[in-house]
Amino acid sequence: MSQFTTWGIVSTIIGKLPWTLCLSLIAFLGGAVVASLLTLLTTLGSRLADACVSMVIATIQSMPLLMLMFLCFFGLPLLQVNVSPLLAASVALIAFTAAFLTETWRAALKAVPRGQWEAAMASGMKHGDTLRVIVLPQAVRIATPGTVGFLVQVVKATALASIVGFMEITRAGTVLNNITYRPFLIFAIIGALYMAINLPISLLARRLERRFTFNN
Amino acid sequence: MLMFRDVFAYSDMLLSGLLTSIVLCGLAGFAGFALAIFCAELKRTVPGPASWAVSAYVETIRNTPFIVQLFFIYFGMASLGWRMSPQAAALVALSLNAGAYFTEIIRGGLMDGSRGIREAALAQGMTPLQVYLRIVLPPALAKVDKPLVGQFVLIFLGSAVISQISVEDLTSAAQFVQTRTFRAFETYILVTAMYVSVGLSFSLAYGRIRLALFPWLRELRQ
Repeated sequence: MSQFTTWGIVSTIIGKLPWTLCLSLIAFLGGAVVASLLTLLTTLGSRLADACVSMVIATIQSMPLLMLMFLCFFGLPLLQVNVSPLLAASVALIAFTAAFLTETWRAALKAVPRGQWEAAMASGMKHGDTLRVIVLPQAVRIATPGTVGFLVQVVKATALASIVGFMEITRAGTVLNNITYRPFLIFAIIGALYMAINLPISLLARRLERRFTFNN
Repeated sequence: MLMFRDVFAYSDMLLSGLLTSIVLCGLAGFAGFALAIFCAELKRTVPGPASWAVSAYVETIRNTPFIVQLFFIYFGMASLGWRMSPQAAALVALSLNAGAYFTEIIRGGLMDGSRGIREAALAQGMTPLQVYLRIVLPPALAKVDKPLVGQFVLIFLGSAVISQISVEDLTSAAQFVQTRTFRAFETYILVTAMYVSVGLSFSLAYGRIRLALFPWLRELRQ
């Protein structure tokens, strides 16, 4: 089985790139949906809801992501759910993403001065309208750089899915390494692919940060 | 039903794995810290290729997954003839990883170090190294110590990955116990709790000694 040419190795790894991108997208979009709901929950003004959300965030952020993935992989079957590596990895990554995004977005909402709320309410706007028309547009500007920057963390985190057996580029690398034993080439290519995805995002996040900071 | 009894039978093994994780991360924390101070100062004072090299190092580490860095160092370096034990490779990978993140954080603290104070210290007859270690560095570190500690805890949590090159850390102990007891979920709940409590304890403990490390912060607070 060791008749892999260098090009064969490169094309095999690149062939798995869509799975890395796909999993990143699932995690980011799924996490964003969950985070929107949790953030909305915290704007309702219930102390209990606020405390619960904070606790969930703190718990997820203080455990290793790999453990979260293992817990999903071995825990979901106890709930009679049939778990594929993709499902376990997706659930764990969505939870990981949702925790970070909720924290960021909640902080962004809080960073909008209280006077903005009060002024809008005083001129007769309802809570929902105030949030949508007055506060949210300002909060989005504050939250954008951090949100874009976090995408890098998500893409990197998908590499852990290789450990529960999901075939993305890192998993392709370990398998190819066992067959061909050319680790230097293989992991250099994989590293370069992650760089190619993440470096532009990092640079964009930094530019957004500069732009939005100057405007304030 | 959850059954922890079988898992507790292996508590010695789990604790020894935890110790390995803590020791490796602790050593990597110090090495990364030293590396980061060097890189941050290099980037601040020496423009040109040296500064670009630091940027390239920092960006490479920050934009690639730790597990790929680990595999590259453990398998890739071995194939070039530089063989390391799994522990040594894990230590190198963790240190390089910590070094890159710490460099960015420390650089943020050093940025607005005021020139006047530095010149005053030089004029008092202190050597440049003394000025750096006693005048420039302490307030810079005091400014960014919390992000540094936070990042260190993240590195500790991320170190679960070193089990994949057969370092006998906490995660690797968990994987062994899991295959022996068939109590995977219980094992990982327990091990997660161990990671969480060590990470939190470290943050809390640092909060306690912080003012002893940077005594002048005590006066600022009053």
